[in-house]
Amino acid sequence: MRIAHFSAVIAFALTPISLGAFEIESQKFYESTYNEVVLRIISTADIDVFEPIILEFQRIHPTIDVEYVIASSTELMKAIYEEDAVFDLAISSAMDLQTKLANDGYARTYVSDTTRALPSWAKWRDQIFAFTQEPAVMVISDKYFTDSPPPTTREELITLLRNEPDRFTGRVGTYDIRRSGAGYLFATQDSRNTDSYWRLTEVMGRLDAKLYSSSADMISDVADGHLALAYNVVGSYAASRLGSTPGIRIVPFVDFLSVMLRTVLIPKTAANPVQSGLMIDFLAELNSRPYLTELTNLPPINRDELEANSAARPIRLGPELLVFLDRLKKETFVRSWVSSIEQE
Amino acid sequence: MTSIFDKGSIRRRLTIQLFVVAAILSLAFFLIVRAVAGQAASETQDNILAASATSIADSLYSDRGSIKLELPYSALSMLGTISEDRVFYRVLIGEQTLTGYEDLPSPDAWPTRSETVFSTFDYRGEEVRSVAIVRSVSTGSQQTKVMVVVAQTRLGLAAISSQITVTATAVGLGFFLVATALSLYAAQSALSPLNRMALSVTRRGPKDLRPVVTKSPSELAPLVDALNNFMSRLRISLAQSEDFIAEAAHRVRTPLATVRAQAEVSLRRLEKPEDKKALREMIRAIDESSRSAGQLLDHAMVSFRTDSLETKELDLAELTHETCRALSPTADVKDIQIKMDIPKHKLPIKGDPILLHNALRNILDNAIKYSPADSDILVRVEEDENYRVSVIDQGRGFGDTDLKQLTSRFARGSNVEDIVGSGLGLTIADEVVRAHMGSIEISANSGGTGACVSLIFPRS
Repeated sequence: MRIAHFSAVIAFALTPISLGAFEIESQKFYESTYNEVVLRIISTADIDVFEPIILEFQRIHPTIDVEYVIASSTELMKAIYEEDAVFDLAISSAMDLQTKLANDGYARTYVSDTTRALPSWAKWRDQIFAFTQEPAVMVISDKYFTDSPPPTTREELITLLRNEPDRFTGRVGTYDIRRSGAGYLFATQDSRNTDSYWRLTEVMGRLDAKLYSSSADMISDVADGHLALAYNVVGSYAASRLGSTPGIRIVPFVDFLSVMLRTVLIPKTAANPVQSGLMIDFLAELNSRPYLTELTNLPPINRDELEANSAARPIRLGPELLVFLDRLKKETFVRSWVSSIEQE
Repeated sequence: MTSIFDKGSIRRRLTIQLFVVAAILSLAFFLIVRAVAGQAASETQDNILAASATSIADSLYSDRGSIKLELPYSALSMLGTISEDRVFYRVLIGEQTLTGYEDLPSPDAWPTRSETVFSTFDYRGEEVRSVAIVRSVSTGSQQTKVMVVVAQTRLGLAAISSQITVTATAVGLGFFLVATALSLYAAQSALSPLNRMALSVTRRGPKDLRPVVTKSPSELAPLVDALNNFMSRLRISLAQSEDFIAEAAHRVRTPLATVRAQAEVSLRRLEKPEDKKALREMIRAIDESSRSAGQLLDHAMVSFRTDSLETKELDLAELTHETCRALSPTADVKDIQIKMDIPKHKLPIKGDPILLHNALRNILDNAIKYSPADSDILVRVEEDENYRVSVIDQGRGFGDTDLKQLTSRFARGSNVEDIVGSGLGLTIADEVVRAHMGSIEISANSGGTGACVSLIFPRS
């Protein structure tokens, strides 16, 4: 008994450090006033984005410690899908991977009055709950668009890039869809929404586009003037940098605007599902706390806003998101993308 | 079953039978709706699954000798449109999984090209419905068979079927309630002619033996005919017995009068007191018999006339006067004075004068008979909403006799053994009054000894 207890302590001590095979980027422990339970969250969102939410949550629920682990969406998937890592919540912007977790039986069902109030497109199977709606935008550097207005449709962007290769060669950035789940999601949705996506990829490839695995790096490079524009950046990240970073601008497309929903689910392995539910309710009601939106730049679920913008195409949760996760489909898609973007 | 229903009410029997029928029909309705709707929902899922599998199979192609698949977006999105069910798929070449869920079970025997094989099994902790189809894809020189399996959990189906069950239950229950209410109404209305007939027969007076003419449904016609037939026989039989009594009374009275006259003559001739006493006893007995015979005749006459009452306009005041005058000689014999308190004006009434005379005469005769010598009898006629003819004597009253019993045939007061009487007088008066829609009231005289008998007639 004592030995078992001892080994449990060791396991607990070790888990944050050697979480198994999946890679974590960073982690942070938020101690509460009463330290009764530890809510373990694995998330793709940066700490500085999410911290205000955790602190406010702990103010309301002072018994819950929060351990916040940041991983990429693919590593998050690996942790839960392959390694059965113990987390109470999984928060990700990769809607397709979250859907796969739920579809394949790795998520728990949770129903509360709050989740019932969510619009039907903001949840799936009562297992995945969206709490933000974040458009994929283009971020531009003012420096490169002093004399002309920035393009607002993909066709305009293609024309501009085609016409002025000297101005943009090496100065266009986008997600490397092989390394970023969000990038892959945006790319596949683009390919569904418009035929010009492949032409745009071709053009960006010809301009020797730089490939990134995170929005943050892309925005930094735009701010530094290394990039003239970054295509398909998560809007909330761009918005959060806007105030502190002069010289960048956010251009939402008007032909169509993929809107990604940041979702949360309770993994099957959750140790404290009750507290997970509290956090889900808290997240689903983000729109009742405008100060948090201001602090985090995470736009909460807002039906009216989506309906007002006719270009907005919220990505729907559902089994169709599994299509681009199909091994063959993904192979084909990535191969086509690579051959377009890398034209050596 | 029948033995329970032999007794008891037809309505209950009808209601229970209709109730059972309604329950059976409602249950059948519920089961059929659920089965049909469940079948339809399940077929819908099968059709979508088949369409999904077909669209996947259509996207198979061969690329430099190997088989590839461009999984169509619609193949899985169509499965997500109706419900939020989990979706699994698998594409196999032989035992090899080309893509999809490698552990998704596939049929052991490969379906033929035109076949679509559906099956239901548990997968990843939930029941799934799966479809399997086979396509041949040509890879260069040869044909390769590829199987596509698409599976979906059945939560949406379960939700639909539970919704259908709720609806079917509600409709079935509603149907049952309405049917039950209607069957209660049907039982009620089916029995209403019977009730109507029963009521019309019950409402009749005790002597009303006319045929039943209530409108009745054809099913009741034999019963009505039988009843009418029975009543006509009864009427004939009653009339015969009345006739017989009247005839008998008549035949007895005439010889009795002769015998009495002879006895009177003989009494005058007899000298011995004991002989005279015996003869007086005889005369008294003859009187009693003669009186009884007279009243039996009266009664028969009254019965006959009330059965077919013929009315004319009369004056009750004058009628009462006449009756009093007719009986004053009888009263004089006992030194009884008949006092009259009768309004001077006309009291119009519709009725049979002979019957009314008879009734009044019987009451007044009774009063004279039971009054002591040298006393007064008051005959009073009052008018309010009814006419009330009261005869008040100073006789011995009715003692402790039950007053209600007095009007029945041959009933007499408990204190009158010493006086000749048949007990028919009040009966006759009662029948007459009732034939005129009136009533009779018998009470002890409020102002001292004696009785008060009132005949009450409605004012026409």
